[in-house]
Amino acid sequence: MNKRKINEKLGIGALRLAVLITTFFLISFLYIIFSKGGPVLSWNFFTDIPREGMTAGGIFPALVGTLYLTLLSIMIALPLGVFTAIYMVHLAKPLWLMRIVRIAVNTLAGVPSIIYGLFGLTLFVRIMNLEVSLLSGALTLAILALPVIINASEEAIRNVPKSFREGSLALGATERQTIQKVIIPTALPNILTGAIISIGRVAGETAPIMFTAATFYSRMLPTSLNHEVMALPYHIYALMTEGAKPEQQVPIAYGTAVVLLLLVLFVSTAAIIIRYKIRKSRQW
Amino acid sequence: MVKELLKTKNLNLWFTDNYVLHDLNFSVYEKKITALIGPSGCGKSTLLRSFNRMNDLIPECKIEGEILLDGKNIYEPKADVTEIRAKIGMVFQRPNPFPKSIYNNVAYGLQIRGEKKKSVLDEAVEKSLRDAWIWDEVKDRLHTSALSLSGGQQQRLCIARALANQPKVLLLDEPTSALDPKSTAKIEELCIDLKDKVTILMVTHNIAQAGRISDYTTFMYLGDIIEFGETKNVFTVPRDKRTEDYLTGVFG
Repeated sequence: MNKRKINEKLGIGALRLAVLITTFFLISFLYIIFSKGGPVLSWNFFTDIPREGMTAGGIFPALVGTLYLTLLSIMIALPLGVFTAIYMVHLAKPLWLMRIVRIAVNTLAGVPSIIYGLFGLTLFVRIMNLEVSLLSGALTLAILALPVIINASEEAIRNVPKSFREGSLALGATERQTIQKVIIPTALPNILTGAIISIGRVAGETAPIMFTAATFYSRMLPTSLNHEVMALPYHIYALMTEGAKPEQQVPIAYGTAVVLLLLVLFVSTAAIIIRYKIRKSRQW
Repeated sequence: MVKELLKTKNLNLWFTDNYVLHDLNFSVYEKKITALIGPSGCGKSTLLRSFNRMNDLIPECKIEGEILLDGKNIYEPKADVTEIRAKIGMVFQRPNPFPKSIYNNVAYGLQIRGEKKKSVLDEAVEKSLRDAWIWDEVKDRLHTSALSLSGGQQQRLCIARALANQPKVLLLDEPTSALDPKSTAKIEELCIDLKDKVTILMVTHNIAQAGRISDYTTFMYLGDIIEFGETKNVFTVPRDKRTEDYLTGVFG
């Protein structure tokens, strides 16, 4: 065999190895989480509150807490992000402001999440006196989700064909009507894609809610924005680091991880279905 | 007797330092078809877009002079741009229906003016679609996406959409250049039919098209109006050598 052929074989071999290693990690990841967490899953695990000092019972309050935190933070971040994106695309004045916004967005995107936690603690919990609460946590998570939503929305809005805007304005629509009735509906599926990605990230974050929203144990579901909440990722953290009976707590932690994965999967699937329906109803 | 409906008075236009339209004076007569012809880059599309102030969208654009609609300057500071654009409708080179249903495309102009009554909208939609010769093709699927239509149908839908505003003038910017010959012929016939209802000003690259359907022809060259007159005169006895050269294909 000549040298070129050997090189060729080596090259393909290296690529193949990379794929195998990646696949191995993914499969072993799923295997470990599901094999360790699977056995504790039962209907009660979803619907019951934690019992006997976290060594038995379910995770219902944490599940609901994470659902609330995620949805509330997206409800805050989505309009803010979309409005910012509209401004950046359609008004884009003055230039210095746009530069600052862009730098801010890109910087925010790279900030480690624990720092969001500290920031939320200072601004929302202390200065704005919202205390450790669902609202403080959702606001902190909203800031975390903002860069992703802004970037996705900006791109989605920029991708709306210019001719739609011209057509609308030429019919005597105002700029605002054009944005509201033509540009946003057209960009919506892609904006939702951004929102879906951030839902996945927000639901799984522990650090931002550690100091701002999460509580180790709560018997009750949050009924107001000022309540502390349990949350799935923080619950895992608590089960692994606190308490006296690891042999009972660890399986519950893995079970919680499975639920968290399923929750993200569920929310994403729902969002994808919504996006698909919108896209189908106004294809172009 | 023909009446002047639109009139430019010493119209000058710049894009930053680029002097595009040079002191233009010309008239569009009511319920006639006026064709704007000339080689690429001569400013005919820019002139057309001045009539419904679409050049306002380009920040580098500066305009001096007046454009009068029924004697009123559409560039005066108090003029309402949305009102002007409703009265002076526009159809673009490439069909650009919104990604909405056929019905909502046509109803759009009325809806943005606050019309909510279904009976009024229904009636206007049907009338506009009939006027644009597309009613029979779409009446059974008004609520399907406008993007499911063919290119020629989309362009007629865009004409219907503009007609729903009951405009006085319809500006057509090379409306058939993206269409096949059959769709083109249909739109040309449609224009002649529409002449009783609306004044048409049309930019076209297609000299034969201008000859076939227009009553008046304006020949532009490098930002100047070289020749303006009744189409039959411009085409048979052009006064300017450049018009003759352009019409006979010496340059394009």
